[in-house]
Amino acid sequence: MSPEITLLACIALPLLAPALITALHRWPNPREAVTLLTSGGLFLLVLSLHHLVLQGTRPAINIAEPIPGLKIGFEIEPLGMLFALLASFLWLVTSVYSIGYMRSHHESRQTSFYSYFAVALGSVMGIAFAGNLFTLFIFYELLTLSTYPLVTHAGGDNAREGGRMYLGYLLGSSIILLLLAIVWTWSLTGTLDFRAGGILEGTVTPGVASLLLVLFIFGIGKAAVIPFHLWLPAAMVAPTPVSALLHAVAVVKAGVFTVLKVAIYIFGIDFLAQVPATQWLTYVAVATILLASLVALRQDNLKLLLAWSTISQLSYIVLCALLITPLGIVGGGLHIVMHAFAKITLFFCAGAIIVTTHKTRISEMNGIGRRMPWTMAAFTIGALSMIGLPPTAGFISKWYILLGAIDAQQMFAVGVIIISTLLNAAYFLPIVYTAFFRSPKGNMEHGLKDTHGEAPVAILLAITVTALGTIVLFFFPDLPLDLVLQLAGESK
Amino acid sequence: MLLANLPALQVVIPLVSAPLCLLLRNPRHAWAWATLVSTMVLAVAVMLAQRVYAEGTISYAIGAWATPWGIEYRIDMAGALMILLIAAIGAVIMPYARRSIRHEIARKHITLFYTSYLLCLTGLLGIVVTGDAFNLFVFLEISSLSSYVLISLGSTRRALTAAFQYLVMGTIGATFILIGVGLLYMMTGTLNMTDLAQRLPEVTDTRTIRVAFAFVTVGVSIKLALFPLHIWLPNAYTFAPSVVSAFMAATATKAGVYVLLRLFFTVFGSEFSFTAMHVGEILMLLAFAAILVASLVAVFENNVKRMLAYSSVAQIGYTILGISLASTAGVTAGIIYLVNHALIKGALFLALGCVFLRLGSVTLKDMHGLARHMPWTMAAFVAGGLSLIGMPLTAGFISKWYLVSAVLAAGYWPLAVLVLVSSLLALIYIWRVVEAAYFNVPGAAMHKVKEAPASMLIPVWLLIGVNLYVGIDASLIFSMAQQAADTLIGQALQ
Repeated sequence: MSPEITLLACIALPLLAPALITALHRWPNPREAVTLLTSGGLFLLVLSLHHLVLQGTRPAINIAEPIPGLKIGFEIEPLGMLFALLASFLWLVTSVYSIGYMRSHHESRQTSFYSYFAVALGSVMGIAFAGNLFTLFIFYELLTLSTYPLVTHAGGDNAREGGRMYLGYLLGSSIILLLLAIVWTWSLTGTLDFRAGGILEGTVTPGVASLLLVLFIFGIGKAAVIPFHLWLPAAMVAPTPVSALLHAVAVVKAGVFTVLKVAIYIFGIDFLAQVPATQWLTYVAVATILLASLVALRQDNLKLLLAWSTISQLSYIVLCALLITPLGIVGGGLHIVMHAFAKITLFFCAGAIIVTTHKTRISEMNGIGRRMPWTMAAFTIGALSMIGLPPTAGFISKWYILLGAIDAQQMFAVGVIIISTLLNAAYFLPIVYTAFFRSPKGNMEHGLKDTHGEAPVAILLAITVTALGTIVLFFFPDLPLDLVLQLAGESK
Repeated sequence: MLLANLPALQVVIPLVSAPLCLLLRNPRHAWAWATLVSTMVLAVAVMLAQRVYAEGTISYAIGAWATPWGIEYRIDMAGALMILLIAAIGAVIMPYARRSIRHEIARKHITLFYTSYLLCLTGLLGIVVTGDAFNLFVFLEISSLSSYVLISLGSTRRALTAAFQYLVMGTIGATFILIGVGLLYMMTGTLNMTDLAQRLPEVTDTRTIRVAFAFVTVGVSIKLALFPLHIWLPNAYTFAPSVVSAFMAATATKAGVYVLLRLFFTVFGSEFSFTAMHVGEILMLLAFAAILVASLVAVFENNVKRMLAYSSVAQIGYTILGISLASTAGVTAGIIYLVNHALIKGALFLALGCVFLRLGSVTLKDMHGLARHMPWTMAAFVAGGLSLIGMPLTAGFISKWYLVSAVLAAGYWPLAVLVLVSSLLALIYIWRVVEAAYFNVPGAAMHKVKEAPASMLIPVWLLIGVNLYVGIDASLIFSMAQQAADTLIGQALQ
């Protein structure tokens, strides 16, 4: 298969899988087999393109031209490759997890769940491989729409409210701000292609560029920069596998991925340095990092705490995009991967606890580590990575982010990252402490009796893979590192 | 011989068929006849459009009486696009009409319905093809009078008051147009539009011409339901039979917009209309108000048909906004908006007709949990709704894209923001329907509701399919719209 066909297959495969999933809705086992085969096949397809990209090949293909001059086209560059690898691998792991979760939780409408999940992943592939901003926007919106049924899967009033926030924030920001920025860019430059060095330089005044940057950063609501962050906690009404993959990896990372793409290929990091709003927006990113951590500190609901922690971590990457140094780009690209592995582990653990014990509040989890040692050990690894301690993946990305900040002489940002690290420790370590060192007797006050054991095998398997991944990426960060170094080299 | 007379056939076929239809007392025969005629009309429209696309503007002298004394039929690119749209919508809704009309209209009135429909089709096509100002008035009246009948055939008695309200407003509009045309004739001694355009500059600086301009503009604005002259529209669309709502939303107001384009650019010329009379600023203001006010009203409507009717008022605002820019990009965007909105609203009203067929109601309260019982209908509604909001890969996105870039190119960025903000309002009112149909528990009466018949679903999905196709490949519609805008504005420059 030529690389171009493989590229198209990467997008088409998950988009077409729902047909088969729906056809098999009467037979759960073959139906889940389709999901597993699709996700596995997708990962292999993406992987087969990896060495080409490392060698410098850029497979590209256009499939349609809805508006003269604006093509729906795809092109693989290092950052997109990294994102696609990440999302397809974690989809495979999540599929294993979902099967365990959805069955032990006796969820209804599982067929539509798996179908929309596949469509969402197809959209992620479209975003990762988008060859221009127009294509990226199309799949960005498709991702929002295809994840809406997943977020509201539970049905009922809570899901409806959560869904409203989700759709309102994401579509609202993208239609009003992002689309305006895109059309504006197009009318100024006559192109929306991703080009190394950007397309805006020389065509706009610094004032207009500032306005555009503001529109882009806030318009990409999936990056959850304050004040466009409230959809993320609201989306926690979703089943945990959805929260895990979509709201720790696919959706939110699609947001920061878009931010990085815009910074590198639309503005170009040299031009970004001349835009007055860049400095101002770093303060917004920094504020998001701190404020979201402070809110996380006060959460008792584990999933909500993870959601707020995600908001905080996403702004690390937004900050990286605005640091306008190659090292910052490296840090941002790496953090997409490192944070994804750790955060999905944490979400998996939260889901394992829900399935096994039906507990959602941290205050009810005294001594839970004694009954679920495997789960909580994985949780500890994830928590360490969030704080950025070795030997976990989070250390590597934080290292590069700090280097980038120092390189950019943003001592302010360095200080904030250090404070944020302390805050991360302040809300993750108590959970670990509660789980392992508090006596389970405390739970009696809530009238609960603990009789449960470990989570189902499928769930534990998934948790183990991602937790191990978090550690392996500390010792062998080459795969993502090579790609982002290539990216940083090109963006010079 | 036949081919040379295509412009006349376009109007004569439905005109002659209408009285013949009245002779068919059996409702089924009447339907078959109307369907056959609609198909023939579409075939003629396609052939005509092809000829215009290949050869440019067609001029045809009725009865071989030379212009400017005889009546001229003149079809340029804008006209070709419009006849194609009107004929295609007519042909698509006819298969749909059989079941829907049988359900909504008393048996003894069904023949009358199809007769009026054919007359309405005649009028709308005539408005587009004619190059004569008085003839335009005649066709406008044919279409209006027949649509009063069509609306009054609605299943509730309120349809009668709605039709009467429209009749009063419509007659005022028609009278205004007639007065305007009369004044023009008085000053120039001609009724042929091309001839008018040539003779008007000599007398353009007179009060009479300015008054004539004001009269026709206001008259046509009533017909196309430009805010605040739209008050007939919500009632008319709400209480008319479902097929009529779809047909009128997709064609009648659009023909009105076309007349406005003709008058501003061909007859008066953009120099006079936009520079001397400042109609651009006025239209922009009214479009602004239409978009905002009507969208807001739609958000609070509980009757979905009425909600879509107010949405139509807002969407007319978008079209007029594009035209008010008076630039090639703006007029192109306006024409694309007009065509795409016809596709969107046609599909949405037809989907709603399916709901009415099975449910007997289209209020939000009664639609609770409907998606489980009518999955295909509601899926079509969601797809059409997404197009209305302007999601990528739908026709609505294409039209919004062109409109926003035209507005930005003209330097009115606050208007661009307005267009996008009101898309969000569309999201809110469409999503109220989605939540009602997908999230609420169905009521007791719901369990015997089943999916609409295939003869109705296929036309709905056909329109949705066209919506999606245009979203992926809009090159044909764009090139036609751009040529249309070029011809219109080019004429003005001559």
